[in-house]
This record gives sequence, structure tokens and C-alpha cells, in this order.
Amino acid sequence: MVNTKVNLCGIELDNPVIPASGTFGFGYEFAELYDINCLGTFSFKGTTKDARFGNPTPRIAECDRGMINAVGLQNPGVEKVISEELPKLAKCFSKPVMANVSGFAIEDYAYTCEKLDKEEQVGWLEVNVSCPNVHGGGMSFGTSPEAAAEVTKAVKAVTTKPVIIKLSPNVTDIVSIAKACEEAGADGISLINTLLGMRIDLKTGKPVIANKMGGFSGPAIKPVGIRMVYQVSQAVNIPVIGMGGVETAEDVIEYIMAGATAVEVGAANLVDPYASFAIVKNLPDVMNKYGIKNLNDIKGCAHNG
Amino acid sequence: MNSAYYDIVYNKPLTKDIYEMKLKGDTSHITAPGQFINIKLDGFYLRRPISICDYDGETITIIYKVVGQGTADMTKLDESNRLDVLCALGNGFDTSKCSGKAVLIGGGVGVPPMYNLCKKLLAEGKDVTVILGFNTKDEIFYENEFKALGAKVFVSTVDGSYGTKGFVTDVLKDIDYDYFFTCGPMPMFKAIEKIAKTSGQYSFEERMGCGFGACMGCSCKTKYGNKRICRDGPVLEREEIIW
Repeated sequence: MVNTKVNLCGIELDNPVIPASGTFGFGYEFAELYDINCLGTFSFKGTTKDARFGNPTPRIAECDRGMINAVGLQNPGVEKVISEELPKLAKCFSKPVMANVSGFAIEDYAYTCEKLDKEEQVGWLEVNVSCPNVHGGGMSFGTSPEAAAEVTKAVKAVTTKPVIIKLSPNVTDIVSIAKACEEAGADGISLINTLLGMRIDLKTGKPVIANKMGGFSGPAIKPVGIRMVYQVSQAVNIPVIGMGGVETAEDVIEYIMAGATAVEVGAANLVDPYASFAIVKNLPDVMNKYGIKNLNDIKGCAHNG
Repeated sequence: MNSAYYDIVYNKPLTKDIYEMKLKGDTSHITAPGQFINIKLDGFYLRRPISICDYDGETITIIYKVVGQGTADMTKLDESNRLDVLCALGNGFDTSKCSGKAVLIGGGVGVPPMYNLCKKLLAEGKDVTVILGFNTKDEIFYENEFKALGAKVFVSTVDGSYGTKGFVTDVLKDIDYDYFFTCGPMPMFKAIEKIAKTSGQYSFEERMGCGFGACMGCSCKTKYGNKRICRDGPVLEREEIIW
């Protein structure tokens, strides 16, 4: 028997598999297909203070081994998330859920996090300081250690639950930003958000996506995620959630070896709605294959020697 | 929604760049004409959403146009291949809204979903007129198939090489109908919207991420709030559309 349990900021997960925000909605689309309680948890659709429609369409472009999205944080706003989405979610998911929050001002982050922190089903707050899609938005917070720390402090001041800061890879020095968040009181770090990308349609000579640029995700970005998780997990003493291009149980193990405590699955859920289910199901077999009895035994093993 | 492999029964060209493919597999999840399937192709990351043209207890017919490398590669598949398919997606057409004479308007690659819709409306005992619009004679497909169902069929071509010269609206303006259903390009929709005299349903196309409502990649604003083309659509009612 292998042990797939991990502890994420004081809450035990049955396994480290966490569908990533923006690829899993509020869970119901997937709950129609399988019992989503098999997951470690999931991070729900990025929520903001006010309702947002997001960017104009087209919002999606295909790439080699990946995709670009510029959805632009479409969500019904925190009040409706609490009054409408969470009660529905409670019917299909009985574990603590990760609340993903975005904002465009420090006060917005604090406002939204304070509200969600009071919700019983919320286990963690995952604060997105890195969404590259919104003009003048999240991007700026995640690209400077000072701004990332300021968001962290403001959220920590009004919340009681673990605060995980989700970082952007579109920076020169990811380690200094992660350290600044840790010093400001963050309970965990998750990375990587999408890489800023663009595609151009050869027939029109124009960008495929209406927003021109968007977030590049999918298996093509996995080596960047692995590298950044490796660097950040060495530099901080708080748990790191690794993500970027995860499609298989092998990918989960690779991220844990790089230093991740848990692992998020993003774009794969959109291509194969059963992707996260399959990863959970295959994880024990893959652990056996590599002689891993407990995931905690291999956490960060790539750092040694 | 069913996620499974479907065997290819055949895959053949209907015109220069329009192909018809028959797939064998579970069709029990199909609830209405106008729904679509989402196909995974080797070497491509995202699936290809293709509307269901027709189906029975064990097969699905799709008609697709070669618009990029993915659909170009699809033309090379044959009976030795099988496809990873999500079936069926979207809301489809609601025939209960139409009580009298129906007109079905298909433009180019928007023609296929009209076929099963036509079948269903005729089976419900409704009077059905079909208008098929193409650019030129060489692009026409399924005219005889619609006729064989027993519908009245009109064809328009932009260059006048067959049927009525001009657009589907040049036929529509002289027809008597109580309700319309349409699928086709946006300029055709806008032309229909200008002259349509009744309620109706439009089936929209948009670039999709997942196709089943998770990613919000294909959202649009309607008079009744935001909708996802893939899940709450692709069919929207005339009254709710913001043009």
C-alpha cells in the first residue's frame, strides 16, 4: 500500500491532485462525469470583488502542446459566488475547497478574501497576483516583490485561513518574489500561472486572440514550471504547490521531486474532462513503479546532491 | 456527455473542401438536433468541435469543412482509425417552440445541423421549408438529401450558378413561415435578422477551449445574462441575442 496523503498548510489532502482555477469552474460540470470527492481538492474559478464578463472573443488559441487563453477573469463577483455557486458546490463536493481570488487594487483583494474566508467550505485562499490577461490588473502585483508582499499583508490582515500566493512566471527573479510573500506572512506559494504568449493567424496577419496576448499553458510549459518550483521550494520554508503542464501521475511525481507539496492540473482538464480523475486513479500504480511508498519521502529529492 | 472512442465507418469528400464522416459508437447522450461533438486529433492539443448532421441508435454523421491543419489531417483518416470523441455537447435546437410552418436556413458549413433538425420537424408533422445558401454551384451539398426527407428545398448561390442568385435572404423574403432555425456565417445571420418576420433560433460558432462549459473561452453576452456558446448554446433564441 502506498500513501498518497499530503499536508497542505495544516489540512490533510487524500492526494496531492488539485484541478487549477479557471479549468474546473465551480466543479459541477465535472461532478456530472465523476465523483469529484476523489480529488485532493480543487481551486475554484478566479473570483473578484465585482462581476466581470472578461475579454472579448476569440479568447482561445491553440499552440503546439498547449493553448493560450485570454478569458479575462469572467466570474459573477464574490457576492454571487457565495450566495449561488458555493451552495451548489456543497452538494457535489464535501472537502475543503480552495478559493481563488483576483483583484485590481489591494483593497479589492482584501475585500474578496475577507468574505470568502468566512465561508465554511473554503479551506485555503489562493491569491492570484499573476493573471496576465487583464490590462493594468493582476500582472503588476506579481511582478514586483514589494507589490506581492503588500497584497499578502493586506489579505493576511483580514483572514484566518491559509493564504497561498499564486505567482506569475513572467518575471526575472521568481525567488525574490516568493521570499517577499513568505516574509509578508504567506502560508504557501503556488506556481506557475500561465506564460504570456501570442499567436498570429497567417490568413489575416492579426493575433488570433481578440486581447492579442494571453496566458500560455499546457504540457509545453512543464519544464518552466518544474524549474521554478525547484528554485522557489529551495528558497522558502512554506509549502509550494507546483503546476504547469501536468497531464499524468508521472508529472505529479516530477513536481513533488522538484519540491512541490501538492500539484495543480490545469489545461489538461479542458482537453480531457477525466484528466484529474485519471491522475488520481493512476498515482498509486506510478508510485509503485518508482518504489515510492510515501510522497513525503520524495518531496524535493531533486535538491539533494 | 460521453467520452469514448468512436470507429470511423467512412470518411468521404462531398465537395472540394467539405467532407462527410460516419462514426460508430454510443449515441445515447444526444438529446436534440444542433448539438455537436468534440474530436481529439493526433498532434493537436485542443479538440475540434463539429456539429452533428444526423444520428441513429449507433452512428453519428458529421460534415466538416477543411479550414486548417487539423481538419486537413482529418480528411486522411479512414475505416482503420478511431476517434476520441466527447458526445454530445451543447443545447441544440428546441423544436417545441415551432408550432406552424418552419423555415430552416443553412449557409455553407452551417447546413449540416439543419439535416437532423429537418428530420425531427417532419417527424413531428410540421411543414418544413429548407433554404441552403452557397457561394457557387461547386460548393453545394445535401440538396438531394433534404429533398429525400420530403422538405421543400431552395438553393441560393452568390454567383447565380445554381438556384436563386444572391443570398438565402433573397429566398427567405418571399416565403411564408411561422418560425425559423438557422446556422451559418455571421454576415448571413445579420442579413436574416434584418428581414426575419418571426421568432427563431440561431446556432452560433465560436473558438472553444473545452467545449463543455468549464473554461469560459466562448462566452457571449445575452439579454438574459452571460452564456457559454458551448454549453448554454450553441443555439440561442432570437429574443435573447445582443447583435
